[in-house]
Amino acid sequence: MSLRTRTGLFLASGSVLAGLLGWAFAGLPAFGHYHGVYGRALDRVSLGQTHAMSTIASVTFDYRGFDTLGEEFILFASVLGVSLLLREMRERDVDAKRLTERFEPIRATGRIGVPVLFLLGLFVIAHGYLSPGGGFQGGVVVAAAIVLLAIAVDYRAYSGLAPKSAADLVEGVGAGGYVAIGLGGLVAGATFLESFVSRGTIGELASSGTIALLSWSAGIEVAGATVVLASEFFEELLARRR
Amino acid sequence: MIPLQAVALALVALGGLAVVVARDIVRQALVNGFFGLSLVVLFLVFQAPDVALSAITVSSAAAPLVLTIAILAVRRREGRR
Repeated sequence: MSLRTRTGLFLASGSVLAGLLGWAFAGLPAFGHYHGVYGRALDRVSLGQTHAMSTIASVTFDYRGFDTLGEEFILFASVLGVSLLLREMRERDVDAKRLTERFEPIRATGRIGVPVLFLLGLFVIAHGYLSPGGGFQGGVVVAAAIVLLAIAVDYRAYSGLAPKSAADLVEGVGAGGYVAIGLGGLVAGATFLESFVSRGTIGELASSGTIALLSWSAGIEVAGATVVLASEFFEELLARRR
Repeated sequence: MIPLQAVALALVALGGLAVVVARDIVRQALVNGFFGLSLVVLFLVFQAPDVALSAITVSSAAAPLVLTIAILAVRRREGRR
């Protein structure tokens, strides 16, 4: 296909798409004018029912806790798939020397960044039901801190701190913990994933019942999964090929 | 729409264009990171801090990591041939 035909085709289809998009956007409600019934209802009742300051956390880990379970296992299964594929395809020994030479200012920045990011990640997980954040976001931040250690500071320090067997275990514990907390509801005589611990006082760190526990287990799972994923990619790069 | 929101929207539009225009793939990965950051700002000024946090972690931690490692791996494989 010549350049002229392609440009013509793009201009024709692009203008149709732009027109349809413009039409669709024109029909949207104005910013701040939300019309959904479900959101309004939750906004009204969620604080009293779940004692979680962040309504979003009460949706993800309470009202829609079962959906989040599914999301967790999507991540779990995809990391499992990557591991199965990549581990099968390479030899064991990793040549760590390939990643050790680094520019000193980058190492210095990394040394400061790793602990700060790690702490920030824990904070985001711990306060997910009080302020924006939660297990998923905080988990990736924690994992980013650990991965930063490998990229910016020292790969051997990284593989010593987060060996893959440990990351595998952490990921499994996080994923299994979510199910276990859900089953805890059944044991306590409620339904699956229903909160069976005290809801506590609104606004305190010890509040919101199982939302806090589920947020932590999601954080642990996501942090483990991200580290496993990064490790697989690192080893893929560093391993000697057959 | 307040001016801050208009600026954030314009930044996102520019950033998206910049990603497409960048030719070198490493540079494209970097520009993509900045595009992700502009999305974070957009979510923040439109009062969606939770989405902004998710966008930070995905666009400035996860995506660049996977992209750079994939680029490195492909280059290494091509260098061997």
